Amino acid sequence: MNVERAENAIELKEVEGLSQGKIVTRRFVRHKAAMASIVLLIGIIGLAFSSVGLDIGTEDVKIQTTGWWKYGYSATSDVENGGDPTLDILPEFIDGTGVQIGNHPFGQDEIGRDGFARVMRGAQQSIMVMFVIGGVATMIGVVVGAVAGFYRKWVDAILMRLTDLIITIPVVVVGAVIGRSVGNLGSFLLAVFLGLFAWTGLARLVRGEFLSLREREFVDAARVAGASNGRIIFKHILPNAIGVVIVNTTLLMSAAILLETGLSFIGFGVRLPDVSLGYLINENQTAFSTRPWLFWYPGMFIVLIALCVNFIGDGLRDAFDPRQKRIITKKEKRNGETIELAK
Amino acid sequence: MLTFLVRRLGASIVVLFAATYLMYLLTAYSGDPLEDLRTSTARNKEALIERRIEILDLNIPPYLRYFVWLAGVLKVFIGQFDLGKNVNGQDVTALLGDAIGTTMQLVTVSTLLAILLGIIVGISTALRQYSSFDYTVTFMSFLFFSLPVFWVAVLLKQYMAIGLNDFLQDPKVSTPVLIGLTLISGAIWAGIIGGDRKRKLQIFAIAAAATGSILVILNLTNWFVQPGIGPITGLIMGVSFAFIVTALSTGLNNRRALKASLVVVALGMLIWWPFNLLSSFVSAPIYLLLAVITAVVGYLIGHFMGGEDKSPVARTSAITAVLMASIIAIDRFMQAWRPYTESNYISGRPFATVGSQTPNLKGSFWVMGVDQFTHLLLPTLALLLIGFAGYTRYARASLLEVFNQDYIRTARAKGLSERTVVMRHAFRNAMIPLTTLVAFDFAGVIGGAVITERVFAWSGMGSLFVEALQHVDVNPVMGFFLITGSVAIIFNLIADVVYTLLDPRIRVS
Repeated sequence: MNVERAENAIELKEVEGLSQGKIVTRRFVRHKAAMASIVLLIGIIGLAFSSVGLDIGTEDVKIQTTGWWKYGYSATSDVENGGDPTLDILPEFIDGTGVQIGNHPFGQDEIGRDGFARVMRGAQQSIMVMFVIGGVATMIGVVVGAVAGFYRKWVDAILMRLTDLIITIPVVVVGAVIGRSVGNLGSFLLAVFLGLFAWTGLARLVRGEFLSLREREFVDAARVAGASNGRIIFKHILPNAIGVVIVNTTLLMSAAILLETGLSFIGFGVRLPDVSLGYLINENQTAFSTRPWLFWYPGMFIVLIALCVNFIGDGLRDAFDPRQKRIITKKEKRNGETIELAK
Repeated sequence: MLTFLVRRLGASIVVLFAATYLMYLLTAYSGDPLEDLRTSTARNKEALIERRIEILDLNIPPYLRYFVWLAGVLKVFIGQFDLGKNVNGQDVTALLGDAIGTTMQLVTVSTLLAILLGIIVGISTALRQYSSFDYTVTFMSFLFFSLPVFWVAVLLKQYMAIGLNDFLQDPKVSTPVLIGLTLISGAIWAGIIGGDRKRKLQIFAIAAAATGSILVILNLTNWFVQPGIGPITGLIMGVSFAFIVTALSTGLNNRRALKASLVVVALGMLIWWPFNLLSSFVSAPIYLLLAVITAVVGYLIGHFMGGEDKSPVARTSAITAVLMASIIAIDRFMQAWRPYTESNYISGRPFATVGSQTPNLKGSFWVMGVDQFTHLLLPTLALLLIGFAGYTRYARASLLEVFNQDYIRTARAKGLSERTVVMRHAFRNAMIPLTTLVAFDFAGVIGGAVITERVFAWSGMGSLFVEALQHVDVNPVMGFFLITGSVAIIFNLIADVVYTLLDPRIRVS
């Protein structure tokens, strides 16, 4: 009896007078792992893009900035101290040297290129590829799924057969063939092409959402009010399916960074003179016993980026899930109990 | 149903051929198949180029050359399957045959283990939702999910293989490692079984003590030099398996099932020595035959001892029989360990970092089995970590979804035991969505783990594909793609059919 009233009160407080967006934001902000991941990811992106500067585009159009880090990613300098990393995060009372960054925090390779600069450049490439694949695939997936689900009949049949066609090809295989064909055009175009083949899963999900949403009353209402098909699709139905889209885009992006690094590792992705995190690992795996740091840092950055994106995706999924109503009040937390309000 | 199948199959075949055309063009235009010859310094360069052009019909432009390839494929109807030749003039069909065999060895074990472990861990976390065990496993699975397989593979090679080989030079578990393992095992068991603080501490103490004493005994008996199970430990393990399987499958109240399982274990003990005497005659086909016989005998024993409800009892005793047979087989494999490590080709460092077998090694079925094990260990672990994470998440989500259903509340309200609710009402329904996933995954299995094969230098499907692509060698790429594509289509179809069989609410039309 008491519990039931409490349930209602909390539930009402949760949704009372709030828009869908606000509810979602509120739930998302409460997801600690996701919030921590966002902060960390923004930090990594900031570090990667500010430290070594941008270098995008082909010979004709070039955007170049200089970063605050003193070495470039392909410049060589004298190998200091055998290339050992100078980063030391242990304070003085543990190992007696104190916290310091030093000249080459991530060490140097055998010809004296700075490890930190190379890892930062690699992280730039990998993050850029991740966002481009995510963006391209989301746009195509949403449009194909929306059109197929809304118009049904032969449009649906054709678009879904097209989706089947692309889904039959394993993604590593497509990636490798594309990387082989367009890898020399630069990593941006590589990412665009990979995105052209990565939209299938999202298209299927969006289609499913549209198939059920198009039968709802608000669609009829919009049509009676004289809205065109395009307006119904993008202004009325799509906002209702946005949860599925956002969640799957994040998951797609975490898969994308692993795909890109994997392709670069087997030699079909980002090419010389440019570097990506996967390429760096491939380059340095044979030198593991002599220079393990060249192998550790790029790998750690891949894991960190993918982990952050996965946690953000998890937080978004929880936030968009309407059945997710798990709330712990401070008092209950103290008593070590939780109230399960799931149906 | 039949019309649905025929229509789906027809549409899929059309799609597959459209996909092969796309793939053919992408591959053919990705580079120059004569590149290595053009830059070569061979004196008969011109003749070599001529020959390759002739073998591969390079004079025909790719968008037409595809139909030459297609004609070869369609010859399957007159019994002359022909996938063309690679740049060196070898027959692609034969190459593919070898590659599939290697790949199946590599991926089958890791996929099966990933499914099994993923489901077990996923379900135990769902049963302990929001516990610290659940949070730990969730974090671990996210971490594994974010690991690039090639990075893990290199780490495994560097630390695990070399570490294990060094350990075998002086095979005694050192005291710090022993204490560490003891604490970890205590924490894991306390997390899985759960309960209040006092109970957790008790479980922690019991599990830690058990692990510690087992490790000490293994050290004292020099087990890591000459591993084995032995009949006494085998009997103890068999009897505990009988109890565990019965408890999970039918509940210990079902005395007939328990009796049948114990009879199976006793039978296993009776054939322990005769089997060891005759084991040198065992080869791979006989081994498979024995496995099937074991399952059938176990089933029959349960069937005849089952009384009124034969099928649950038969199921229980069949599972126990297979487990008991595995104990005997593992013991036999362990006996082959010492001759294996001491053979000239191994010289005391058995764990391999590359390749699928030790070249030139000859030995009995059991020694070759151990050789496979040492080669499979690292790649299997690498694949397992990543696949396992996905299955854990799916199994957990699926079981939690089912626990919210009304029929679970009804089952609890009827007063059914927790075991019946979980194993019969929840578990079976939670597995339905997973079957689709398993079917898709098995379809992906044959394509091989392109990257993993590369790192561990296995010459399977993945390596075949990557190498062919590097040389713009279209025919092997297409052969690879035709096989993976067909398997994907067949398994999708199987997934649909199985789904309708398992879930009567779904009708195909």
